Amino acid sequence: MGLETKYNKDEILLSNAPIGSRLQVVRLVSKGLVRRRMMDLGLVPNTLIEVMRKSPLGDPTLYNIKGALIALREEESKLIVVREIM
Amino acid sequence: MGLTCESVGVNILKEKFNLQCNNELVIALAGNPNVGKSTVFNALTGLKQHTGNWPGKTVANARGCYIYKDRRFVLMDLPGTYSLLAHSVEEQVARDFICFARPHVTIVVTDATCLERNLNLVLQVMELTDNVVVCVNLMDEAKRKGISININALEKELGVPVVATVARKGQGLEELMKRVYNVATRIEKMKAKKIIYSEEVEKVVAKLVPRIDRILKGKMDPRWVALRLIDGDDSILDSIKEYIYDGKSSSGKSEVKNKNEWYGEV
Repeated sequence: MGLETKYNKDEILLSNAPIGSRLQVVRLVSKGLVRRRMMDLGLVPNTLIEVMRKSPLGDPTLYNIKGALIALREEESKLIVVREIM
Repeated sequence: MGLTCESVGVNILKEKFNLQCNNELVIALAGNPNVGKSTVFNALTGLKQHTGNWPGKTVANARGCYIYKDRRFVLMDLPGTYSLLAHSVEEQVARDFICFARPHVTIVVTDATCLERNLNLVLQVMELTDNVVVCVNLMDEAKRKGISININALEKELGVPVVATVARKGQGLEELMKRVYNVATRIEKMKAKKIIYSEEVEKVVAKLVPRIDRILKGKMDPRWVALRLIDGDDSILDSIKEYIYDGKSSSGKSEVKNKNEWYGEV
């Protein structure tokens, strides 16, 4: 009953995506205000994300989301299901 | 006759937002963070409000004036926000101003280099008021990045005036002032496109709207309030209490106090 069973093979959590990878949002797992906030930042299905770099302590990570650089903590990025684009 | 301040909630402007308004037209300047709102503000007013490339620079409202066609325009520079759904102080400041001060026109400044992400706010402002002018700023940077924007198509799609500008160089500001003037004086009639939600949501909205309208009596757009209530955004109730009923919920307006009145049986 782990989380993995819910995901297709090519889907990963944004928090696990390596630096430099380019991804596409599949869905958000967040709820309520956090979900609303994410959607306001442009995180909706099919949005393209590029993982830019990590901060010195490894968290938060900087992402390019629709042309704006936005840093997300792991707390948030693990609520975003993405698919790597080749 | 034209528009007088009285017809647009001037009392709230005076009391709550500390704005004098003698036959002046009030213009709000909204937009995402870091799209050049303050640059547009300075270019229009000739003021030197501090501009800077970091988020959260404008937290309090800045205000200035300009004169166009012998009318005085008071320009309010609102803090940059991605949304009007009030998760932060800045968003609440911006929302409350557009919502309760009811400016004659709201200019939404957008970044031409990432227009898509800016349109979220444009749509939210359009849900709140018909009197919107979209300013697509940073056109020079977009051009450098090889982005071209079809302003006419955007205007048709949104149903509100869209103006391309390079505020830093003063380009497009004349056109911006003209369209703002036209909207403020109702020379141009706006048909801002409204979002239709899923059937389920629309059903609840239809139930709520008459109830809300009975309470607010035309002081706000009931459809918008209904959508916020469905969102579960209670901060709007506090703001309604403060701005429309002057913080006194006892003066026969106990409806505001009682949340259940608003949600009803829905």
